[in-house]
Amino acid sequence: MPEFDFSTTLGPAWFPTPLFTASGCASSGKELSQFFPLRDIGAVVTKSIMLKARPGRPTPRMAETPSGMLNSIGLQGPGIDTFLANDIPWLLQHNARVIVSIAGENVDEYAVLARKLRSVEGISAVEVNISCPNVENRGLVFACDPQASRLVVDGVRRTLGGDIPILVKLSPDVTDIVEIARGVIDAGADGLSLINTILGMVINVDTMRPHLAGKTGGLSGPAIRPVAVRAIYQVHQAFPKIPILGMGGVRSGRDAFELVLAGASGVSVGTATFSNPMAVIDVQNQLREILMSKGFNSLKEAVGFAHRDE
Amino acid sequence: MSSINRHSKQITATVVSNKRIGQYHQLLLNIGHVVENARPGNFVAISVGGENSGLILRRAFAISRVSHRSDKGDGTMELIVAPHGSGSKWLCSQPEGASLDVVVPLGTAFGIPTEPAQALLIGGGYGSAPLFGLAEVLKSKGCRVDMILGASTASKIYAPIEGKRSVNSLKIYTEDGSAGTLGKVTDPIPSLIEEGLVDVIYSCGPMAMLAAISHIANAADIVHQCAVEESMACGIGVCMTCVLPVENSDGQIAMLRSCIDGPVMDGSRVQWNQVGKVAK
Repeated sequence: MPEFDFSTTLGPAWFPTPLFTASGCASSGKELSQFFPLRDIGAVVTKSIMLKARPGRPTPRMAETPSGMLNSIGLQGPGIDTFLANDIPWLLQHNARVIVSIAGENVDEYAVLARKLRSVEGISAVEVNISCPNVENRGLVFACDPQASRLVVDGVRRTLGGDIPILVKLSPDVTDIVEIARGVIDAGADGLSLINTILGMVINVDTMRPHLAGKTGGLSGPAIRPVAVRAIYQVHQAFPKIPILGMGGVRSGRDAFELVLAGASGVSVGTATFSNPMAVIDVQNQLREILMSKGFNSLKEAVGFAHRDE
Repeated sequence: MSSINRHSKQITATVVSNKRIGQYHQLLLNIGHVVENARPGNFVAISVGGENSGLILRRAFAISRVSHRSDKGDGTMELIVAPHGSGSKWLCSQPEGASLDVVVPLGTAFGIPTEPAQALLIGGGYGSAPLFGLAEVLKSKGCRVDMILGASTASKIYAPIEGKRSVNSLKIYTEDGSAGTLGKVTDPIPSLIEEGLVDVIYSCGPMAMLAAISHIANAADIVHQCAVEESMACGIGVCMTCVLPVENSDGQIAMLRSCIDGPVMDGSRVQWNQVGKVAK
């Protein structure tokens, strides 16, 4: 019997396993290394970094919801220069593979971020986050606008050249995600990250006001998994050759398998890490076991398997 | 930038006992040798609701006290839990022998003076819980320990009889006068400071109380170590929800994580008037 092949590729980037952290759910990886060696997973996807340091939103930033949570962090972070000086070297020293997530306030800022990353050795891929729901101006959620999405990705692609793969993270809060996907693929995306959180709100019935200081927040956790499965299925159906990094409510190997069947070549574990620091490793072990028990010889055989003909 | 408590581990703990004390539950958990690394001020994060629960986030609790029996490899940790929400109610319903998924120890600890000092410990509601473990440690270092506990009403005071042994004095204040003196915990602080009875203040309780104590401590230039309270999703520093505006060593105001840079913080650095606002 041939040895089971668990490796995956996202465009030209190769990873020994298909399990990743999800951007914004692992900070820059350091804290999780207390619980497992970061090199044991596919890659660390870092929290979206912006050009300048940002304090983020005031508190409360969080509300637990049925099988999920709302967050409204507002992209708190140290800014790209500090991040490149501190976090990236630390991750590389610890032999972690790294996907850097970037977020800009405008089209040009994404290109500036890309320029700063171009010369950094050792980055596996760049995730272009055009879908963070926690920005001041909802009009800046580029992923809701096909033209803006395309412009951002075009700028990043031109700046980065062909060496570093680009994944573009999309929002499910759109009328037609396939249309948005088409735009960013045309503009040069190597792959897609599906899905970002869904915009939601909780009203505190004691204060009778929105609970989050930012009023709205991004819904994550098992509650949104069916939305992720649907988005991945639709996009994989339209673009079967474009690799998808799937995320949204995965907390077990069974959940990850569902995303793989829908068409994900890799799976990020996000909110589950908040309740289980070992979640990425646990999901990784469970997924490997499930794939083998179902008779697959490789992860790749299972990607998009739910789309097969009768 | 500080890092996660390097002793933190995810373990399975067993409920040794679960007793109701007034409005609270006292849970005793066996966490084995991990207990050796737990310090007063540290907290734990516990999964609630069972495997298929819709409650997906851990609940954080201050460690009240620990005891260690190295001969048996047993280490127990006491938590005081108020059954307010669905997660804490579930935890308070766990019987003896139940297994819990616990990450422990987390966060910063109260600093212990190197020389014997006069310590004033102030607790609000069940925020008094970690102060009893702290009192034991301070006592063993030769410190004088005075304690002031307060709450809105008598049933919300947590002051176990055995805990009183580790303090030199205990004063109780309630806002409705149903126990101790009518008033707030902050009322007696200025005169205690004036009398020269306070070298350091330790506090744990609601944020408004911590802010009021900080105000008094700053004016008198007394060190104030407080254990802050912000709702958190992960407890391990990755979710960024439990942040507070705090002045860092460069004099900059930064949104620090209360799970990693706290819960014990220097009260004089916390920007109390900015909590819940955007850091400037």
